[in-house]
Amino acid sequence: MSEMIKVGMADLNVCISPNAITTLGLGSCVGIVLYDPIKKIAGMVHVMLPDSTKILNNENKAKFADTGIDELIRQMLTIGADRKSLIAKIAGGAQMFAFSNNSDMMRIGERNVEATKLKLQQLGIPIRAEDTGLNYGRTIEFYPETGELLIKSVGKERKIL
Amino acid sequence: MQYDVLREIGNIGAGNATTALSQMINAKIDMKVPNVELLEFKELSDIVGGAENLVVGILFTLEGQIDGMMMFMMDVDASRHLVNLLLGNTDENTSSEFTEMELSALNEIGNIIAGAYLSSLATLTNIVITSSVPYMAIDMAGAILSVPAIEFGKIGDKALLIETEFGDEIREVNGYFILIPTINSYGKILSSLGL
Repeated sequence: MSEMIKVGMADLNVCISPNAITTLGLGSCVGIVLYDPIKKIAGMVHVMLPDSTKILNNENKAKFADTGIDELIRQMLTIGADRKSLIAKIAGGAQMFAFSNNSDMMRIGERNVEATKLKLQQLGIPIRAEDTGLNYGRTIEFYPETGELLIKSVGKERKIL
Repeated sequence: MQYDVLREIGNIGAGNATTALSQMINAKIDMKVPNVELLEFKELSDIVGGAENLVVGILFTLEGQIDGMMMFMMDVDASRHLVNLLLGNTDENTSSEFTEMELSALNEIGNIIAGAYLSSLATLTNIVITSSVPYMAIDMAGAILSVPAIEFGKIGDKALLIETEFGDEIREVNGYFILIPTINSYGKILSSLGL
């Protein structure tokens, strides 16, 4: 029997086919999936903030886009993924509340997505699929066997990326 | 210590909110002593019935001598019950969709509860706090909670959740209240209390 591995908020985990990996109710956070399609190894991190260097208390690597992606790669390589094969799929970064002012606090989802893309670009990992922004929550499931990312939202059709 | 202070603010705020809600609905509402929990982000949404549980979140930004944000959250069933009480709908109405009128009633409930918490905080600390208009979203608990959790994330790895249970003779509902002062404001609150 295959297992569904859960990733919480500010958390990360890795998985090998036939198991799958999920994170529930992404809002302004970003869910980043890294995938080695040859070895069928995947990793997922649920990041809350763009940049660990801007925050004093930055011990939890999975909380930030920069350190979260680095740590995810490290753990994936440990279980046999090939660094050069890695591709990425990302989702989340919504703006959950329609604030009238456009302060920094309100643009956090967008900034999380920008930071994620910048980090992946620096590492030379191509983004193969993306479902980000807008104003609703997303649950994502990734299946390393097929490489499919399933996205579920309230009152919306399921999407497969 | 800081934890006890926030629990006490929660207690007084809940009392004020109950009184205000009772008057608005014109029925007796009881509220239990709030449960204050400091939670890891990973556990946060389990408390409110799971990350995918459908909830109503009403969020306010804070300004004045204290800035930050606060949020009041209830699951959709609880919100429906309160709206029915407030608008005099029969209990057979269990729809999870709200009309414009019902949404503004929910906003008003959020306003009352948030106002009650803020005024208790202001009374205890002598600090002037003003809140924005309410912003509402109805979505998965995890997604709604991500907004205050991110603010907590800037200062630490845990979030403080105040759970209040209130109700009339028919049923009890759970509401969750989250207050997030910015780092500077947090210091101001504590020092104004002489801590």
